[in-house]
Amino acid sequence: MQHAIEAEGLVKTYGKGAKAVRALSGVGFAVPRGTVFGLLGPNGAGKSTTTKILTTLSTPDDGTAAVAGLDVAREPGRVRRAIGYVPQKPCFDPTATGRENLTLQGHVHGLSRSDIRARGDQLLERFGLADAANRVTKTWSGGMQRKLDVALALLHQPRVLFLDEPTTGLDPEARADMWAEISGVTRADGVTILLTTHYLEEADHLADRLVIIDRGQVVAEGTPEELKGGLDGDAVQVELADPGQQTAASAAIATVRGVGEISVDGARLHARVGDGAATLPALLAALEGASVPLASVTVARPSLDDVYLRHAGRSFHSADRAGLTGTEVAA
Amino acid sequence: MSATLAPVAPARPDVRRGLALRQSVYLIGRSLRILRREPVYLAFTLLQPMVWLLLFGALFERVADLPGFGDISYLEYLTPGVVVMTAMMSAGWAGTGFIDDMQRGVMDRNLTSPVSRGALITGALAYQAVVTVVQSLIVFGVGLLAGARYDGGPAGVLVVLLCATLLAVIFAALSCAVALTLRSQESLIGVSQFLTLPLAFMSTVMMAPALLPGWVGTVARYNPVDWAARASRDALLGDPDWSAVFGRAALLAALTLVMAWLATRAFRAYQRSV
Ligand SMILES: Nc1ncnc2c1ncn2[C@@H]1O[C@H](COP(=O)(O)OP(=O)(O)OP(=O)(O)O)[C@@H](O)[C@H]1O
Ligand SMILES: [Mg+2]
Repeated sequence: MQHAIEAEGLVKTYGKGAKAVRALSGVGFAVPRGTVFGLLGPNGAGKSTTTKILTTLSTPDDGTAAVAGLDVAREPGRVRRAIGYVPQKPCFDPTATGRENLTLQGHVHGLSRSDIRARGDQLLERFGLADAANRVTKTWSGGMQRKLDVALALLHQPRVLFLDEPTTGLDPEARADMWAEISGVTRADGVTILLTTHYLEEADHLADRLVIIDRGQVVAEGTPEELKGGLDGDAVQVELADPGQQTAASAAIATVRGVGEISVDGARLHARVGDGAATLPALLAALEGASVPLASVTVARPSLDDVYLRHAGRSFHSADRAGLTGTEVAA
Repeated sequence: MSATLAPVAPARPDVRRGLALRQSVYLIGRSLRILRREPVYLAFTLLQPMVWLLLFGALFERVADLPGFGDISYLEYLTPGVVVMTAMMSAGWAGTGFIDDMQRGVMDRNLTSPVSRGALITGALAYQAVVTVVQSLIVFGVGLLAGARYDGGPAGVLVVLLCATLLAVIFAALSCAVALTLRSQESLIGVSQFLTLPLAFMSTVMMAPALLPGWVGTVARYNPVDWAARASRDALLGDPDWSAVFGRAALLAALTLVMAWLATRAFRAYQRSV
């Protein structure tokens, strides 16, 4: 078995008739064993839907998927024994203590009492939850609760772990903490992880490979470095004081040598330049010449945000704000 | 930072065979733990039956003078009916646990772990059965304290507990099926408002069979609340017609199986919607 996860042509539509929402329109990718794979995309991109299909919770209208070498449609029972799943919503029992949560989960998987005890203790220790283990979890901090969700999914020693937005809503410190735990899990235990996230820097930091999905489709795939390397030069972002002048502004920028891939996103212009530091003066002069007032100008090394912009044709931020982007399917 | 985690032995095939049963037991344990930490829930479900029993028992005391009630007090007539009615009404909320689990990720996680749908339903229904036995004993005890006396003895009380439990499981299964299909707490309010309350009134829980209006009598014949109320009353009042009592209990048992099966099927509806 080469890949821990293989998905091909996944299609999923929710609802029927006029209210139908196409959540996935042909998502496919492959995840090598023992790696962290990122599924990056804005709200409504189809990240959770993909995860639900791979974890056997939901069934696709079309397409196939295999997890740990097992077909999710034909052998859901065996897939379930091979995976751990942390849903987007919290899934610990708030009325129970940390240890009670782990014990019930262990019994659900048919583990022996001694295994539950030993492994539970180790997980609590590793995730820094040992001191709170016997306290009711509703009194825990958000970061601790989310770590318990992950610990619960790891208890039965899954081969593949699905984490649906493990750090959304956590403060920066708790997020960094979670990142450390997640990398520890693959490094020390060889577990394959599929991780969905909204955060570009999270995918950049954690994922060995990633796909960017947008409106139910994979728009880019590769390692974070490959994706960023695919963009030449630096990213320039110009914020206009007056959004009405975007046409004049982009025309002005287009005359500058070395500037390419100009795109407009509200009051913001994005462009790519061979060498930011060298081109900037000419660019500013051109805008000045066209008398376009500016709010700000930034030059940066390419980030995943630029990758996203390139492939999805809009900035990640605005796509996320747009929220529900599932394409309406005509009845 | 992270040492390798200790390996665990996966459940062996022979262990897996008994797993569904043990899973349900652990799930009941989880629910009972919730109840133990917040016992007010139980007290809350007992408030209404106390009103029925003590207020109605006193208010309609003279009703029992009407022919059709025999020579027992109205409280004695009413108590077994209130026991089964309480069982039904509190079971109507059994789906709340599933709704909570669905609103959190608990349901999704359970459905992607090797826990059978049957075990999830069995856990919820068996928990409701345990709660029903406790509730029934309390309501019945209050009836006795208020002055009701029965000739039926322990056998009579056992029949009451059995009927109350079966009725509770029927409505708990219905409640779980509705929760899984409609996925909202409001839909459960519908079950209680539009189903359990009318069913309680269209039965012989409060009024002797001979005194029911014709059409209500007809409805009552097909009403599981009535099966449970009649079987319980007959068994308690001494010298019952056992074949009629067991006939009604058997009907309840059959309906229990059908409803439990339906509830298990309702997971499919839920999984289609996520
Ligand atoms: N159970 C459902 N019923 C109906 N529509 C759904 C359901 N789940 C998802 N959708 C729709 O399918 C599309 C994809 O949703 P999905 O939850 O997979 O996105 P996501 O990438 O996980 O987004 P988020 O970052 O907000 O979690 C959205 O348009 C969403 O509204
Ligand atoms: Mg999601």
